[in-house]
Amino acid sequence: MSFRARHLLGIEHLAPDEITTLLDVADSYAALNRSDTKHATALQGLTQINMFFEASTRTQASFELAGKRLGADVMNMQMQASSLKKGETLIDTALTLNAMHPDLLVVRHSQSGAVSLLAEKVNCAVLNAGDGRHEHPTQALLDALTIRRSKDRLHRLTIAICGDIAHSRVARSNIHLLGKMENRVRLIGPPTLMPSQAAEWGVEVYHDMQAGLKDADVVMMLRLQKERMDGAFIPSEREYFHRYGLDAAKLAHAKDDAIVMHPGPMNRGVEIDGNIADDINRSVIQDQVEMGVAVRMAAMDLLARNLRARRADTSVMV
Amino acid sequence: MAPLLFQNARLIDPEKGTDAMGSLAVVNGQIVSAMGLDGATVIDCGGACLAPGIVDMGVKVSEPGERHKESFRSAGRAAAAGGVTTMITRPDTLPAIDTPEALEFVRRRANEAAPVNVRPMAALTRGRAGREMAEIGFLMDAGAVAFTDCDSVVQDTKVFSRCMTYAASLGALVVAHPQDPGLSAGAAATSGKFAALKGLPAVSAMAERLGLDRDIAIVEMTGGRYHADQVTTARALRRLDRAKQAGLDVTAGVSIHHLTLNELDVGDYRTFFKVKPPLRSEDDRMATVDAVASGLIDVICSMHTPQDEESKRLPFAEAASGAIGLETLLPAALRLVHAGHIDMPTLWRAMSLNPANRLGLDAGRLSPGAPADLVLFDADAPFVLDRSKLQSKSKNTPFDEAKMQGKLRGTWVAGVPVWPLD
Repeated sequence: MSFRARHLLGIEHLAPDEITTLLDVADSYAALNRSDTKHATALQGLTQINMFFEASTRTQASFELAGKRLGADVMNMQMQASSLKKGETLIDTALTLNAMHPDLLVVRHSQSGAVSLLAEKVNCAVLNAGDGRHEHPTQALLDALTIRRSKDRLHRLTIAICGDIAHSRVARSNIHLLGKMENRVRLIGPPTLMPSQAAEWGVEVYHDMQAGLKDADVVMMLRLQKERMDGAFIPSEREYFHRYGLDAAKLAHAKDDAIVMHPGPMNRGVEIDGNIADDINRSVIQDQVEMGVAVRMAAMDLLARNLRARRADTSVMV
Repeated sequence: MAPLLFQNARLIDPEKGTDAMGSLAVVNGQIVSAMGLDGATVIDCGGACLAPGIVDMGVKVSEPGERHKESFRSAGRAAAAGGVTTMITRPDTLPAIDTPEALEFVRRRANEAAPVNVRPMAALTRGRAGREMAEIGFLMDAGAVAFTDCDSVVQDTKVFSRCMTYAASLGALVVAHPQDPGLSAGAAATSGKFAALKGLPAVSAMAERLGLDRDIAIVEMTGGRYHADQVTTARALRRLDRAKQAGLDVTAGVSIHHLTLNELDVGDYRTFFKVKPPLRSEDDRMATVDAVASGLIDVICSMHTPQDEESKRLPFAEAASGAIGLETLLPAALRLVHAGHIDMPTLWRAMSLNPANRLGLDAGRLSPGAPADLVLFDADAPFVLDRSKLQSKSKNTPFDEAKMQGKLRGTWVAGVPVWPLD
């Protein structure tokens, strides 16, 4: 067993064996979640606070359920509605919460780096639930678990990530994770949605979807934000779907057993054809949601173990 | 006041381009020939470097408006402690220094509170808004040494060209920030692998060249006197070189931070490294160092920009830009000397003689008749910077806990010791 981190702020600083440990523990929680009694006690007595400075339904629900299944006391705070409107700074919010002695803090924020800034100021374990365009580590972990369970391995796969790479924290975390596990990662998207010098990340960059999908084992679609659809980054929704939307014809370039993934929520008819999303032989989108809860249970369990060990250490020193 | 005689000094003379042991005499605040001097107070420099005081072009004193960040008193002490004998202040205060009355306030406060020379720059347009010209003539009469809207680019080319034309008729120097405002809107970093991985809004290095190209075209059109506050990229330097070759009245500066740090120093969103323009790639940094060595870049400045903790302790993209630099300019610049990139007289041309010449000041020289604005320092003495010990009210330095070499021994303004304080 090896997972040494104090916080889960990103994939960038995780070692491959830490990722494997997380996924192994998550596998056992996936089994628990399918059983009749979905309860464990790993977080019994601990307090988990979900702070979402950016609106989220799915991720927040997933974290909430994960905490409750492990016996934590879970509180949700809708930050966009509260203190920020009153002009309180992120640091003050963090200090206020810290004084309530939470054990696990789950944070989403619209600014890259905001979650690590907050983590510097609190005593508990912090989980990044998405910061700006930087990282979304539990999403990459749940994607990895879904791939591993579907393909029976998480190495030497060809994985195509398609869509708005430039603004996507999901893409960045996945690029880190899949690279660390020694996969071949391809990025596909129009140049206006591709970060400059993406090729220096150790990935292959394609602007032509057919070429990028050729012989891929996994096709990972990204959501295109509404505000980026008209004119500023791409000419129109329909031109985007024509060139970069995943339909049966484009998917035919991938391997016959290629799986299709999407972090949700989907724009049917923009980045993905509804028929593909619903094809139970290809789409693993529902499995991703299921694995999301398991991965978040695993991450909070492991962080809580480290937290308890650290507290035991310091109490000995005192 | 008794004459002063500095003996056993390593004299750095940027005008003559020399770096040699010798002595230097001061009478009535002026440098004089040491021959036949009687009754002088002797200062044994013990082999330490004696150079003209630094002329720092582009210091922000946050007065008026944000005195909690920096006042003339605190900035003046920081300057004295950093060997800066002349602060060329920026007008980007609240309100902007865009009227003779506001400039009069600056001069009065500077006289009252700062132990070093202060020469103010004034805004080029009212409120630095880029719409109407400031009263350039009156402001010159009131003592403005140059005109600048600082990092607020005058976007309307017609307004900018009229300002340049009008300033040219008065012989006024215009200092501008070469940057394409469209490309750089909202940016917190330079585009590249690092900024993209960190998910930071970024601007292409090309935006600086675009801005400089536009400005140079307008200089060519109007015949004005132009100084680019900071040129920090290789591709813009090529354009600067071409403009100088063409004989245009164009000079350029660079901040010490762009000469000694690169984009990777930001690391995990360290906002004390957020400056404007954003830190560049290592290739661009080396290109600017080479440009200082060759003389293509004329001026090194601190771009001293005080920010309090509140405005820096924010997510990177939301945090304020700027770093203080008055007290760290000297040891940071000496890194370039210690690394063998430039020699002492070249460094002092960029930090003292060139800015003085460009602004029509008498400083930056060690020859008889020059004002005795002097800095004495031990170029090799090592130390670790502790930001809490800095004189500035704001402590936003990127060099906190940095290992540096070059300790200041003393600063004189017109022959009067201003640092260390007794």
